Amino acid sequence: MSSTQVAIIDYGMGNLHSVASAVRHVAPRADVIVTSDSQAIAQADRVIFPGVGAIRDCVAEIKHRGFDKAVAREMASGKPVLAICVGLQALMQSSEENGGVECLSAFEGEVKGFASTPGFNLICDESSHSGERLKVPHMGWNQVQQKQAHPLWHDIDDEGRFYFVHSYYVQTPQSDLVVGQSHYGHNFVAAIAQNNVFAAQFHPEKSHTNGLQLLKNFAEWDGKF
Amino acid sequence: MALAKRIIPCLDVDKGRVVKGVQFLDIRDAGDPVEIAKKYNQQGADEITFLDITASHEARDTTIHTVEAIASEVFIPLTVGGGIRTVVDIRNMLNAGADKVSINSAAVFNPDFVQQAADKFGSQCIVVAIDAKKVSGPNEAARWEIFTHGGRKPTGIDAVAWGVKMVELGAGEILLTSMDNDGVKQGFDLGVTRAISDAVSVPVIASGGVGNLQHLVDGVERGGADAVLAASIFHFGEYTVPQAKQYMAERGIEVRL
Repeated sequence: MSSTQVAIIDYGMGNLHSVASAVRHVAPRADVIVTSDSQAIAQADRVIFPGVGAIRDCVAEIKHRGFDKAVAREMASGKPVLAICVGLQALMQSSEENGGVECLSAFEGEVKGFASTPGFNLICDESSHSGERLKVPHMGWNQVQQKQAHPLWHDIDDEGRFYFVHSYYVQTPQSDLVVGQSHYGHNFVAAIAQNNVFAAQFHPEKSHTNGLQLLKNFAEWDGKF
Repeated sequence: MALAKRIIPCLDVDKGRVVKGVQFLDIRDAGDPVEIAKKYNQQGADEITFLDITASHEARDTTIHTVEAIASEVFIPLTVGGGIRTVVDIRNMLNAGADKVSINSAAVFNPDFVQQAADKFGSQCIVVAIDAKKVSGPNEAARWEIFTHGGRKPTGIDAVAWGVKMVELGAGEILLTSMDNDGVKQGFDLGVTRAISDAVSVPVIASGGVGNLQHLVDGVERGGADAVLAASIFHFGEYTVPQAKQYMAERGIEVRL
């Protein structure tokens, strides 16, 4: 396999060390860079668009640094793009977090809060007999049902577990975009994909063998779906 | 499909070595933190908690290097606690590869620090550690208080009310340790675990007192905990993480196998 350059977009929101070291671990020959240089991003073979923290701050930084254009450009370029957690949420039209935030509108749909789902606090936890209510954030290992075959699911069991930590989730009217679905009180979008873009709500870099396999698949993906 | 209850091995680290005491005294050496973290990762631990119990400031750099070494080889969530007092401490730990930091005494001395931390880094990475001790007598309604300094100093603060306040300020998770039970292997204090778990909207990790696998089940089933933390039973080879998960799964608890 020829070496590939993976650019992780750094827009000043938190630590990208875990994502970088997980990619290096599964693709030792890949050149992994963490960068805020639009030029370097354009030259890379693959792009990772991470996200952590509050969406208002994330989207503000993305727009302030002109990364909204860079992300749109990379998505249109055909090269493999992986968005993670708030990275996925930022690609939707809007989020109700922080009193309402306009996002990048790469995909149709919005980001909703678990806690604002009517009756959510009355739903009983299904994972034990303790009968307690569901907690927010949705934090821990949940199963992901593979709604469609995708190269990034290669060698990962259907309903395999991934690590999630989030209080808001994506809802899209375009069900053909949904490649992964999870359940927490109700079904929610765990991953969407279109052409060369794969966007996950969970953290592959923290998801042990399943997550590492997904990152390995990403490092080898030709961007076709 | 459902969210799994988490099993979290805890590394209490003093001067670069994993140690474990009984009620915060009588310390035993359990080995190298990086090797131990890798072992638990391979066994299928859901997270790892690293508590720096070294009091001195000069040991902070050692801790940062150890966290870096763990984070570059262990691809599951890592929480780091002990001596987290400032925004800079948090940034250093997150940059070293921690996913969450656990704030303990600093929250008691300056509750606004929790809010500041959550605003800056997001609630998802702010864990507030509560060390609680039962203060009510045998014929009184149960009441627990927050203690600091390794359980030596009472604060007069009610543990349940404190948990609620910490969540209001932005804590994304509560790590609840029973000081009466820590290291004595008689099980969690289920009363305070249930009381706090019912009172707060965020996940609660039960800690302190695990001596056998039924204690883990009780923490979830009776205590209402979202995650269970244990140290000695794993460090000294009495049980492995897969044995613990198997035992819990057989009793109907959702776990990641």
